[in-house]
Amino acid sequence: MIARLICFLIAVSVSGTAFGASTVELLDFESEQQQRRYKALIDEFRCPKCLNTNLSGSDAPIAQDLRRSVYRLVQEGKTDQQIRDFLQQRYGDFVLYKPPFAARTAFIWLIPIGLLLVGLVVLAALQQRARQQPAIALSEQDNDRLNRLLADDD
Amino acid sequence: MMRFQLFVPLILFLLICGIGYVGFSLNDRHQLPSALLDKPFPEFSAASLLDDGRRISKADLLGGPTLVNVWATWCPTCKSEHDELLRIAAGTDIQLVGVNYKDDVAQAQNWLAQFGNPYDLVIVDADGALGVELGVYGAPETFLLDSAGRVVFKRVGDVNERIWRDELQPRFAQLGVSIDQALMEGL
Repeated sequence: MIARLICFLIAVSVSGTAFGASTVELLDFESEQQQRRYKALIDEFRCPKCLNTNLSGSDAPIAQDLRRSVYRLVQEGKTDQQIRDFLQQRYGDFVLYKPPFAARTAFIWLIPIGLLLVGLVVLAALQQRARQQPAIALSEQDNDRLNRLLADDD
Repeated sequence: MMRFQLFVPLILFLLICGIGYVGFSLNDRHQLPSALLDKPFPEFSAASLLDDGRRISKADLLGGPTLVNVWATWCPTCKSEHDELLRIAAGTDIQLVGVNYKDDVAQAQNWLAQFGNPYDLVIVDADGALGVELGVYGAPETFLLDSAGRVVFKRVGDVNERIWRDELQPRFAQLGVSIDQALMEGL
């Protein structure tokens, strides 16, 4: 069972690193930090043409254009937030995998909190019920037998 | 109390069905809501496809209602909407502006010579930079601007008879564009 779990974890971590590494473009950067930011940004945005691929993982022409735009903005010294705003102003919330909290998106942001509350209520109800169960009184004979059985277990 | 609990799985199941029904019947997931709607058309300056050496800028789109159509010769849907654009160009006094998106200039010129040119102006956007400003993610896309250059409607996909009748014609009328009787009746 544990071996199987480990296999599963390895498979998940390998597929995680393979994600988004499908395109190769040669770009010059002034610093390694710029390059890191570029890579992080194109991993972060969703390709507008594809339903579930990020900019770095897509070969769609529009993804190439947007990678070039992100590259240009990084070169121009724009901050990450400015680049996010640039894309959001043109392509809307769709390009952000993490939508902003707004009236329209409140539902998806509040679901986890709602489920947590439901879980707490169920937990409280179960404990309440357990407490209401009357304790069973054992005779002295049964008690001795129980202790013997528990002791045998070792 | 026990009776009610028996129904909990059923209620959960129906809830999931409900969410799925609403979620999957939402608007086409390939159709992005336009971020540009009700916003001013972006500033730009680009070459003209038909007049050598001429630059076209946002000022050329102002002063009257304008229909901006993003097209390319590599885009089959652009071909299929072409006749509808020709009819709109002939039957109304709207300014029709083409954006030749990521295309070859000579091929685009040939295309217009061969199939007819519905456009008053054609902007060359060879590298797709104006396309990014417009939030274009696939040609054809069509934007309707009022006289002040504000985007009042956007269509992703072809302009066909239904789009003309249901979406464009009423908005043209609102903007004060004169429309030929024949085009009004959808002939």
